[in-house]
Amino acid sequence: MADPAHFAEQAMPLMSALYAAALRMTRNPSDAEDLVQETYLRAYRGFEGFQEGTNLKAWLYKILTNTFINQYRAKKRRPEQVDLDDVEDFYIFRRLRGLEAADAARTTEAEVLDAIPDSEVKEALEAIPEQFRIAVILADVEGFSYKEIAEILDVPIGTVMSRIHRGRRALQKRLWDYAERNNLRPRVDSATGG
Amino acid sequence: MDCEQAHLRVYEYLDGELTVWKRRAIARHLDECPPCAEGFVFEVELRRVVVSKCTEEVPAELKARIAQVLGITDAGE
Repeated sequence: MADPAHFAEQAMPLMSALYAAALRMTRNPSDAEDLVQETYLRAYRGFEGFQEGTNLKAWLYKILTNTFINQYRAKKRRPEQVDLDDVEDFYIFRRLRGLEAADAARTTEAEVLDAIPDSEVKEALEAIPEQFRIAVILADVEGFSYKEIAEILDVPIGTVMSRIHRGRRALQKRLWDYAERNNLRPRVDSATGG
Repeated sequence: MDCEQAHLRVYEYLDGELTVWKRRAIARHLDECPPCAEGFVFEVELRRVVVSKCTEEVPAELKARIAQVLGITDAGE
């Protein structure tokens, strides 16, 4: 049984990660604040039931995710439909490579990614359909394992993998669309490119 | 292992979700196939960029509110 006196000490340092996840889920600062506060309250009240020594971070994310799903998400009957059939693996990479095939001197593809503004990356993440988005946040932003995500979301590991996969495709498509619209591409060396 | 087989496992590989034997098979392929290796590196970079661009500062009032609820006076991390 966990001592409530230990809760604040262990849980407070996780707040910025939880707040960032809450923002990506709710897409709204005021809802994100409510969601985080509600999560801490519920966790504090339930802390005696928490097995000390097990993963407090995963436990807090489970409360956050459940609270979001039950209270804050848009009341939608059906999952959002999104067409990802034409989005293959290495989606952005393949396109960047296609653009620069003829250029020997170039900056790296990663520099194209760095040129995308923070706000666009956040929007791209927030634009992923909800059930895929939560899985991608837990995997990519928070670094949870498939097994931990399966426990947080209460779904089988196969479902976790498929949601992460589809979510990452949606993210790549959106980021690539931005890069293309804004003409971001690996730079051609000015000495050879004129 | 060929490129197609390696691509099928890219996410499990990068997520650290493969057995040591499958990891080794992919690592061997990446050693021998620079285009695949570059693709894998790009995926790592993409994730790094997403993580680094999606951080947030917790509003001070929220931190104070929660600290108060939890009965602590010092809201420092």
